[in-house]
This record gives sequence, C-alpha cells and structure tokens, in this order.
Amino acid sequence: MISSQVQLASYLFASILFILSLGGLSSQESAKRGIIYGIAGMVIAIISTVLGEGVEGQVYIIAAIAIASVIGIFVARKVEMTSMPQLVAILHSFVGLAAVLVGFGSYLDPNTHQLQGVEHNIHLVEVFIGVFIGAITFTGSIIAWGKLEGRIRSKPLVYTGRHLVNILLVITCIVMGYLFTQAQGTDGMIYLYAMTAIASFIGVMLVMAIGGADMPVVVSMLNSYSGWAAAAAGFMLGNDLLIVTGALVGSSGAILSIIMCKAMNRSFWSVIFGGFGAAPTGVAKEVEGEVTATNHEEVAELLKGAKTVVIVPGYGMAVAKAQFPVFEMVNQLRKMGKEVRFGIHPVAGRLPGHMNVLLAEANVPYDIVYEMEEINQDLEDTDVVLVIGANDIVNPGAEDDPNSPIYGMPVLQVWNAKQSIVMKRSMATGYAGVQNPLFFKENTDMLYGDAKESVAKINSFILG
Amino acid sequence: MKVGIPKEISPGESRVGSTPKTVERLRKQGFDVIVQSGAGSSANFSDEQYKTAGANIIDSAKELYKESDIILKVLAFSDAEVELLHDGQVTLSYLSPAQNQELLQKLADKGVNAIAMDAIPRISRAQKMDVLSSMANIAGYRSVVEGANYFGRFLNGQITAAGKVPPAKVLVIGAGVAGLAAIGTARSLGAIVRAFDTRKEVAEQIESMGAEFLTVEINEDGSTSSGYSKLMSKEFIEAEMALFTEQAKEVDIIITTAQIPGRQAPKLVLDYHVETLKPGSVIVDLAASSGGNCELTKPGEVYTTDNGVTIVGKLNQLPTQASQLYGNNLCHLLDDMGKNDDFKIDMEDDVVSRAMVTYNGKVNYPPEPLPVSPQKKTTEAVAAPILTGPSEEEISRKASTRMFITLAAIGVLLFMLGKVAPADFMQHFTVFVLSVFIGWQVIWNVSHSLHTPLMAVTNAISGIIIIGGLLQTRNDFSDPMTIIAFIAILVASINIVGGFLVTHRMLKMFRK
Repeated sequence: MISSQVQLASYLFASILFILSLGGLSSQESAKRGIIYGIAGMVIAIISTVLGEGVEGQVYIIAAIAIASVIGIFVARKVEMTSMPQLVAILHSFVGLAAVLVGFGSYLDPNTHQLQGVEHNIHLVEVFIGVFIGAITFTGSIIAWGKLEGRIRSKPLVYTGRHLVNILLVITCIVMGYLFTQAQGTDGMIYLYAMTAIASFIGVMLVMAIGGADMPVVVSMLNSYSGWAAAAAGFMLGNDLLIVTGALVGSSGAILSIIMCKAMNRSFWSVIFGGFGAAPTGVAKEVEGEVTATNHEEVAELLKGAKTVVIVPGYGMAVAKAQFPVFEMVNQLRKMGKEVRFGIHPVAGRLPGHMNVLLAEANVPYDIVYEMEEINQDLEDTDVVLVIGANDIVNPGAEDDPNSPIYGMPVLQVWNAKQSIVMKRSMATGYAGVQNPLFFKENTDMLYGDAKESVAKINSFILG
Repeated sequence: MKVGIPKEISPGESRVGSTPKTVERLRKQGFDVIVQSGAGSSANFSDEQYKTAGANIIDSAKELYKESDIILKVLAFSDAEVELLHDGQVTLSYLSPAQNQELLQKLADKGVNAIAMDAIPRISRAQKMDVLSSMANIAGYRSVVEGANYFGRFLNGQITAAGKVPPAKVLVIGAGVAGLAAIGTARSLGAIVRAFDTRKEVAEQIESMGAEFLTVEINEDGSTSSGYSKLMSKEFIEAEMALFTEQAKEVDIIITTAQIPGRQAPKLVLDYHVETLKPGSVIVDLAASSGGNCELTKPGEVYTTDNGVTIVGKLNQLPTQASQLYGNNLCHLLDDMGKNDDFKIDMEDDVVSRAMVTYNGKVNYPPEPLPVSPQKKTTEAVAAPILTGPSEEEISRKASTRMFITLAAIGVLLFMLGKVAPADFMQHFTVFVLSVFIGWQVIWNVSHSLHTPLMAVTNAISGIIIIGGLLQTRNDFSDPMTIIAFIAILVASINIVGGFLVTHRMLKMFRK
C-alpha cells in the first residue's frame, strides 16, 4: 500500500518518462534510450496503481496482464515489417475498445454515483464523450486494419449526402447524451448503448469513405483519436497521468496527420471529417506519347553504366517484400563504386515512415536514405532512377496539370533524371486512379512484373 | 521560345555561352535552341555534339540574332553585334556595366532587355548563377597550373634516392574565390601556401584550405558590405609592402588576385619586390586584365625579367570547363525566370532586377546598393529590410491581429468554462492543455524516418488506459464490472507489451 501522494508523485515521474521517451525519437541514436524510458514509465505507473488504495482483484489483474503479455510478445515477434500498418491499426482499435470498456465500467461504478450536481453531470459527460471517441476509434481502426490487410475492398465507399447523414448521427448522439445525463442511477445505460452503436457506425463509415493510399493519413488520424480517447478516460477517472499521456499521443497523431496531409496537399479538416479527395473539376490532361517496356537485362546494363542511382520505393516494394533483394542490388552497385541513394516520399507506403522501417529491416544504412526535399534537386544529375512499386508520388501531373486530382501534391521529380525505370505489376493506375504521364515520357521505361522477382533477376544480370 | 547561342567574335575569347550539355538542359526547360555553326569549336565542342543535344545549327550570325528571343553570350556585345539585336530580345552575357555606360545606352535604345551576368547580386540565393565565382574558381586553379609550368621545380617536397627536394612556397594575395581556389590547388600539389588578404574575416577560410594566413600588425579591416575589400590607409599599405618584401625573399611563386570592381587593380607587387625574388620565381597576375597587381605585369603577355622572374599576364581560359560552368549559371538563371512556359522578367525579383541593366528601353544601372557580406549573419540582417516589402509587413500585422482575436476568443471561452466547471475539472483541464502543448513541441522534433516507430511507441504508451481497468477490477469475478475491467486490462496490456516490443525490434534495425 502506498499513499495517494506517493502515487501522484510516481504518476508525475511516469509522465516525465513518457515525454522523454517521445522526445528521444528525434534521432536514431537516442531513440533506443527513449524506449527504455517508456517502458520504465509504464512499469512505474502500473505498479504504483496496483499498490494504491482501493485496488481489488489483483489475481484477475495479474492473470489478464499475463495472458496479454503472451499474446503481445507473440504478435510483436511474428509481425512482418511489411504488415506494420495492420499491427498499428489493430493496436489502435484496442485502445478504443479499452476506452469504451473503461467508460462503461466507470458508469457502473457505484462510487461515481455519489457525486452530486454539476460534478455528477460533468462526470457523465466525460463518460459519454470518452465512450464516443473510443467507439469511433475502435470500429474505425478495425476497418482500417481490414483495408490494409486486404479483407475489405480498399476502394472508398462514398454515397451522396453522407455528410448530412453523419451530421444527423452526431446530433442524435448529442440528444442521447442529454437524456443520459438526466437519467437516474444506471438507468441511462440504454442511451449509452445506443450511442455506442451509433458511434461505432460513424467510425465504420468514416474509414470506409477513405481508400488505400490515403491510409497513412487515416492511420495517423486514428492514432490521434486513440490518444484523445485515453485522455477522455483520464477525465472520467480524474487521473492526470492518463490525461497527460492521452494528450501526448493525441497531439502526436495530429502532427503526423498534418505532415501527411501536407505531403499529399490535402486540407487537414477534410481528413478529420472523413472522406477526402473532392472530385476534381475539369478533365485531366490527355497523356500523349508511348509507353516503352524494357527487360531485366537492359536495366542491369543501364545500372552498370550509371554513376549515380536513386531508388524510389513505394507501397509495391512493401507488398512484394522486395526490400531484401533491393539492398543486395544496392550493395553490388556500391561495390562497383556507384553512388546509390534512396529517395523517400513522406506518404510512400501505408504508414508514416513505413519505407524507412522496411529499408532498415533490410539493413540499408540510414545515411543513404534521403527525404523528398533533400533529394529532389539532385535528381537532375542522377543517371538512373529506379521507381519500385510507386506511382502517384512520382506523377508529374501533380506539378503541371491543374486538373489532376493530385495537383499540388509535392512529388519526387524523377523525370528530371537522365533515365528512369518504373517497376510495376501492370499498367493499372495508382491508388488515386490517375493516369501517370511519367510512364509516357521518353526517358522512362517500364519493367513489368513482381518487384521482388524483377530485382532478383536484375541482380543476377548485374553479377553475371 | 528560341534561345540563340552565337559564336564569340573577340579574338582572345574561346568560351561559348552554352555547351551541348547545357543545351540539353535548355531543351528540358522547354526552349528551342539554335547554335551558330562553329560556336563551340574553340571550346572543343563540335556542331555535331550540339545537334545530338537537340539544337539546330545555323550558319549566319545575322539570322541567329534575328530568330532568337533569348541570346546566351559570354562577352559584352561589340558595336557590330549590337546592330544585330532587336527590340524585346533578352540577352545574357558579361557587360561590365560600370565601365560600359555607353554600351548600356545603345542596348537600351535598341529596346534590348540585357542581363549583365557580372551584375548578379552576390547573395546566397543567387550563388548558383554567380558567373564571377565560377570563372574565378577556374582562374584560381589555372593560375597554379600556369605558375607550376613556368617554375623549374617540383611543388611538393620529396626525399628521393637522388637527394632531397624542398617544397615550393606559394604566396597568394587576395583570398576571394580565385584566391581560395588557388590555395586549394597549390596545397594539393604539395606546396607550402601562405595567403594575404586585407579582410580579417577570410582568415578562417584561408586556414580551412590549409594555408597560413599572413597579417600585418595594424588593426584595420578591409571588409565592406559588398563583400569586396576597400582601399586601405597609407599606414596599412606601408606595412603590407614591408610584409611582401619579407615574403619575397622566401617564396617561389606569387599569385595575385586582388581586384576592386570598377577600378584599376591595386598595385601590390612593386618593382623592388620583383627584384628581391629569386631567379626562377614566377608571378601569376590574375588581375592583369584590369591593369595587374604587379607593377611589371604586361597584360596579355608572359615574359621573364632581367633577374630571371617570369611574370604571367595571360591565362588560358580552360574554355571547355569554363563554358560548362558559365552555361550552367545561365541555365540556373533561366530556371529562376520561369523556364520556357512561364518565362517572365520579374522586376520584383532582386536578382533579376539588379542584373537587368537595360529594361524597356531604359538603362537600369546602377541599381540601389544591396549590401551583402559573404558572412551569412550580416547578409540576413542587412538584406532583410530590402528583401521584404511593405506587403509582408502587412501580412504579419494581419496575422497578429488574427492571433489576437483567436486568443481573446479562447480567453472568453475559458472564462465561461471556469464559471460552470468545478475546481477539480479545471485542474485536470489545465494539465490536459499543457500536455497538448508539450506533445506539440516534442513531436515536431521527431525525425521523419522514425514516424513508424513513433506510432508504435505511442500505441504502447496509450495502453496507459490500463489504469482505468486496474481501478475498476473487483474481487468478485461475476460482477459485470470486473469482467469489463478484465477485458480492458487484457487489450491494453497487449498494446503495451506488443507496442514496446515491436518498437524495440524496429529501432534495432536502424543502422548507420
């Protein structure tokens, strides 16, 4: 047993450790230390809570944590780096679910009904809001997981008047909330159930309206929601540690969303309210020219003759798990004295920073991995650019075709290089459904096929 | 638009305004390019190469001038060439506007919009178009090669079976771009290099290139806001001369690079210095074209004095290299002016407006001084008020008004909240708002490449919601509250354990 002051002090200490943990991520070196702070903070928080006054059922607590640890360890060990986005999404849904459960628990808790007047009302509002955010996060994340996993069609589900429907649903929830605060004892449960159902539906529709390549924004947005859900739980329990942590996570997710939105030239608000990509007015430019296909041997020859090579990976590399053969190729080329670098677009992949993690997994040193702004001006002097499974992020239409749906989105200007090779499975359009004029440029050749196999074949020609 | 590249007609000029490589870039920018036949021959570029790069070859200069909208040239226009220009044409070339007022008037009368590449302001943004720097770099390199050529010994020290060779000592006077390039080249050939400059601020640059910075005991700084040095006081010059006399006894090669724009080059190496030099020594005078830094320099000539000192007053231009860099500079400028599709003369643009010495039939020279020192600090401090117009001030005023209104609204809202909410809630709310601010500050610093680990770690720590479950567990497992809490603890713990572990796994993979 520890006194509540000691408990508060240890919560404060845990908060500091969490802040340091996130701050540590400013560089690769300090990040490893940061994670230790995070774990320490978590352990301190849990132990001081369990040792605090009025905690019962330690047996169940320990059992739950033990079962969860086994599952957690198993999942974390097994997960492939390419399916990181799915894991992140499903973990978000857990936070949402926990927030909903804690909200229900808090409502059922007889202690809270001893509160009177305004305090009681405020508490009920907190519960209501907490459950609302939690439910949206929960179902939204499950849908996001399904889309990332490929179990749900990634095509956006939009219907006319959905904004109106959403607004009506939210209004219904507000009405429910009013009735909920007026109900006596736990009679309001029915309203809470109803609202949870509606919020879950909103969560589903919100993410259903968003498609594949916009996933980085959705996932970071859900990251933010899960933080706010935790913060709301903190309010209902009157627990500052939860509030601090929730606020940290919430703002972290919000910043990631803003960064992603900027990278795709979309407004932050249109993302928050779901369903973006307002239909472009006018018709996109007709693309002129012809697509030329090349073969593995020619690409290998081209690479052998180049001095500087830039590789632009996209989601296609992740899908094909081509990062390993790609790094083999990079090694070969570097041994031949060529300068090989990676150019990463902020929204490449399905998660912010997804490509960096994949490349790190394949052992690519991070000092040859550059961000879009860093490498764009160097592309002019680059001999060969290899685009592996990326499409919209290298679309020149984003710069010169005002009618293109992605007009204004910053892109990697690979067409400035002497020669670019685009590895793709087929001529299909990218996520945005936009034709890519890059493929029709004279200095662009296409190499069709699975990225992993293609790179492996190129490797054998480089060696041979 | 058509870009024309005429052949240079001045006999000593072997450079050309654009090489096949830069023609390729011009084509990429969307321009049509026409090249006068033989334009690149003295710089070792054949018509064939230009053709392959996408240019059309035209035989007569007259036709070329007639057809082009933009002319890329190296040297200023001769009277005959001015005749060929036409109204509205844009020209890029050297013009030496300070010395060529008459030519400027003629160009203006013709209606030519002439850009003087040697009048591009030397600010950070315009470095990529700074022909003076790129040409000075070449001259600096060449001066050492030239000096070594006339010098009868190794530049580097060697110990050989046949005996010991001491390294040559090189004195570089003036540490601008040319001087620094000369220092670098001489150092890489193994010479001992000393350098002198009246501007104290360049000492660091000199030393960073591996030379020894020579100085006089008088405290006077020759820096000016333009980045060039000013004329120094008499005492200073006397001390400087004494220093050179001392040095002349020791050094083998002297390279002088001191120039002040629009004036005769200062005489720094006097006849008695030359007499002091050992026979076989070499003086390379990079300022020869503006009169020379050495009293005995004969511009355009290389000769040996009676006491055996070779004075080099002319330099091979390295036309192939020089044309390439010069062409790149021009390309960068055209890039900034909007390439082919959006080409426009933007007189609001500092770089263009300053270099555009004739515009719409008027001479636009000299422009307002734009003080720029090579040191960044002062560049920004001094240049900022000129760069930012009143419009930006207005924007910032508007922004602060908006900010003020927003803050006031927030204040009112908080006040209203405070009126109804209990103290307990306000305390938590304070913590909440401050945490959002902390999160905001901390997260912006997170490196882009670590965004995925960031999400995983935030996943883990948002598992802190476990506390809710911990507090709600009861001893009785049939109590629905306990069941709910149990599940909450379970999922939150998966988050914590899974999140931290997977973050750890990811971070382990990042390596340098």
